Amino acid sequence: MIIGLDVGGTHTDVVLLAKDGIRKAVKVPTNSADLFHTVLTGITAVTAGIDPASLRRIVLSTTLATNAIAQGCIPNVGMIVSSGPGIDPEYFRTHRNYTAVRGCIDHRGREIEPIDPEQVRQAAQCFLEQGITHLGIVGKFSVRNPAHEIAIQKALPPGFERIFLGHRVSGSLNFPRRIATTYLNAAVFPIHYAFFNAVRQSLAERGICVPIHIMKPDGGTMLLDASVDQPAQTILSGPAASVMGSLAFAFDEEDAIILDIGGTTTDIAVLVNLAPILNPSGITVGSYKTLIRSMESHSLALGGDSAISIAQGRLQIGPERKGFALAFGGPYPTPTDALCILGKIKTGNTDRAVEGFQPIAKALGCGIEDAAKQVLDTLCRTVVQEANELLRRINEKPVYTIHEILEGYRVHPKKILLLGGPAPYLASRIERFSEGMQVGVVPRWDVANAIGAALARTTTEVVLFADTQQGIAMAPEESWQEKVDRQFDKDKAIEHATALLRQKAVRLGAVPEDLETEVIEEYQFNMVRGFYTTGRNIRVRVQIKPGLIAASDAIVGMLSQE
Amino acid sequence: MYQAKRRTGLVFFPAFDWAINPTHPEREERLLYTQDQVFEEGIFDIEGIEEFKPDLVTVKDVQRVHFCVPDVWGVTTESHFISAGGAKTIGMAVMDKRVERGFALVRPPGHHAMRVVHGARGFCNINIEAIMIEYLRKAYGIRKVAIVDTDCHHGDGTQDIYWHDPDTLFISLHQDGRTLYPGSGFTNEIGGPTASGYTLNYPLPPNTSDEGFLYAIEQVVLPVLKEFEPELIVNSAGQDNHFSDPITNMNFTAQGYARLTELLQADIAVLEGGYSIEGALPYLNVGIILAMAGLDYSKVTEPNYNPMALRQKPEIMTWIQRIGDQVLTNWKNRNQLSEMARGDKRFEERSRTLFYDTDSLVEDQKETLRICPDCPGAWKIETECQKTQRALAIHVPVHACSDCRNLAMDWFEQGARQDFDAVFLQDRPQDRFVVKRRGAA
Ligand SMILES: [Zn+2]
Ligand SMILES: [Zn+2]
Repeated sequence: MIIGLDVGGTHTDVVLLAKDGIRKAVKVPTNSADLFHTVLTGITAVTAGIDPASLRRIVLSTTLATNAIAQGCIPNVGMIVSSGPGIDPEYFRTHRNYTAVRGCIDHRGREIEPIDPEQVRQAAQCFLEQGITHLGIVGKFSVRNPAHEIAIQKALPPGFERIFLGHRVSGSLNFPRRIATTYLNAAVFPIHYAFFNAVRQSLAERGICVPIHIMKPDGGTMLLDASVDQPAQTILSGPAASVMGSLAFAFDEEDAIILDIGGTTTDIAVLVNLAPILNPSGITVGSYKTLIRSMESHSLALGGDSAISIAQGRLQIGPERKGFALAFGGPYPTPTDALCILGKIKTGNTDRAVEGFQPIAKALGCGIEDAAKQVLDTLCRTVVQEANELLRRINEKPVYTIHEILEGYRVHPKKILLLGGPAPYLASRIERFSEGMQVGVVPRWDVANAIGAALARTTTEVVLFADTQQGIAMAPEESWQEKVDRQFDKDKAIEHATALLRQKAVRLGAVPEDLETEVIEEYQFNMVRGFYTTGRNIRVRVQIKPGLIAASDAIVGMLSQE
Repeated sequence: MYQAKRRTGLVFFPAFDWAINPTHPEREERLLYTQDQVFEEGIFDIEGIEEFKPDLVTVKDVQRVHFCVPDVWGVTTESHFISAGGAKTIGMAVMDKRVERGFALVRPPGHHAMRVVHGARGFCNINIEAIMIEYLRKAYGIRKVAIVDTDCHHGDGTQDIYWHDPDTLFISLHQDGRTLYPGSGFTNEIGGPTASGYTLNYPLPPNTSDEGFLYAIEQVVLPVLKEFEPELIVNSAGQDNHFSDPITNMNFTAQGYARLTELLQADIAVLEGGYSIEGALPYLNVGIILAMAGLDYSKVTEPNYNPMALRQKPEIMTWIQRIGDQVLTNWKNRNQLSEMARGDKRFEERSRTLFYDTDSLVEDQKETLRICPDCPGAWKIETECQKTQRALAIHVPVHACSDCRNLAMDWFEQGARQDFDAVFLQDRPQDRFVVKRRGAA
């Protein structure tokens, strides 16, 4: 059996999946000040009366790292960057303890200016004096040649506990994002490490010794042990879990919009060919643009618990959540109250909701029920507008070849899949605003996110770069480097990259039947100098396609029949 | 968060699947390292810098500028439509005020493409700046446009297109034509009799450095622009003046190009040449983008940058100053020059032979311009090219008087009865392009 756990803003959902479907589903309140306790409570509740030996894996989707960053609970870490010419690295300063040092590597990975070990030592000494023991090291173009990052690490005096190197976070070009990502890894490491050690230990005490996976924002998972080297990879995985949950029920290969309407936020994502569209650069966390792979999604500060107000005679929903709905003991009227008023939700205190809606109805000059309808209409219209905006952005994404422009695939979804608390009550309204798109509610809409976490497969990617003039091929994230001859070409590059990808995926927790690899970028350029071809410049990117584990078929089949 | 002081739009279209031929300077690899540098610097993440996906231009957009023989598809490929489309996308983004300025980093280039096109000249088939400008004129009603061509080669195609147009000020700075392709662009080339002084050429001696370039911009180009008061300034931003460029002999640097961009304050820059694809382009483009966006570019230098080695000899500066004086004199005397050129002639004729170096074609042209007192004048070109057809091209300017327009219509009627394979009418007031082909009904 598999446990899927998703920490949401209000509730934490946990499911226990067996071959015959959902064996158990529980919701426990999220205590964001003590996520460890929340996770443990959830797992304890869902495994009550279960033989630990029957468990196969546990997948956690948590907001731990996100919370730490949002609350500014970031320990004091140091950053050493080396940039060479270009934008002054001062503009990418992450925080106070950030030093730029000499050294330059160019776009082909050639050294232009060496590192000065003495300068590095001085900077490091300064960090140590401030009690800094966690460090990030990032060089410009280090993904084309990591030698300088390694040289800086070698030049450090003893005393650092944990060092994160930029070329290990991603094979993509983007120095500022590499800086931010490396910084976040160093910064969230201690809290991540402590949390997951505690989880693992507590589970072991309960006799649960199964692979523990963590959900990533790209819709995939990775083993807990592996995440310790890249803790920032687990940031903002919530939307990914819900998309993977809806994927379990998206049977045909038609493009689809996924709307996860929660209490505080609504997350929008897009499926093409049974996989989420990924963001080409990386996720943005707070003010940090990173290289962390993520789905192309949009999070809207709008949900069932958003506070409703009237501003200049106009209805306004959100952006804040000030507590539960009135009907559930909260302080302000919300869309959930509107659902109570219209009789869609029957569990709350409708009288409180009606009372709270009186001033709104008055300001809008209509009856209470009309006001409730207007609130829901506004919510649904805004959500659909934002979904269309996301589609526009996806379709307008620049491309760099004639082929891509002329043959460019345009995402054109004909259906919307809804999940989240209020999903079934809003489906018909969403449909009204979504011009011809069919709206469906995901069968287990209330816990689809936890199901998504449980069934997501391990994903990862490998970027391989080769320069036959310099006689070198490398995949810096994997610390892989090999001498190549003139015969090395794109096909060989893809072959090598795919082999590396399989190894990496297995190391991160994938099982062999889930290694669905695909090439997502393949370029080969002849390098011509003085009218003669002097070599080939090859760039290849391969990935494990985000999707569900092979073992999911039977489970999903059963879930859909329930 | 790093934020641009001026909202800047970029179209980046490296055309990774197009080349003139595999070893040509204008090949797939040309913007590869620029893309690496731009991506690695995180340029597209800077707040206020926006990347646009290029639209394709239409055949009609091309025909607003060019007479393509035998037709548009015969002398272009998809890449030309995208390259010109990239310029158009940026132009629209600026006119729609989505951004304050824009830079189209596209290939292939266009500034050697003339009015009549039988093939490729200097790696250019269609003039991407002119296609953009004429589209913007049509769509947004702008009239006065200044083009400053800072490519190392004379912008002979753009010059040819605007030769008779006093609403378009064309200034080309380039390496002296006696030492470089296409061999034209001397100070005495000032435009036709109805637009004298609105074409200005500033030939610079080989080995001109930042100092000389920036002198020319500050002392000559900027004062002329100020007086012309254009509604739009377009920079044909060729990057082959760089000291490491393999096909030219100048000493301009990344810092110099960035400073030039800062001084010129063009609304739109369109990439032209530039073939030092590793040592220069990545740095030049980053410098230009930062300068356009009003950002600090002081640390953008090419790896082998050595300002001392590039110091300009004093005699070069003297030369540049002397040429600059001539350019300014041409500008100041433009009215007299125009009167002299018009004299009391009613028509002016010129015949010339043009060479399409990239496609190895020779074209013979005979041009007739009506010297009109009320408008820039209608004109026609009889063109004949060894490999392709014989054609008659007739142009009615946007602000043509009725006499000129009627004359052009007469030319068109007569042409249809003469021995041409095709007769073209570029009727700008009506924004239409009419073709009559031999044998067609
Ligand atoms: Zn040029
Ligand atoms: Zn006239």
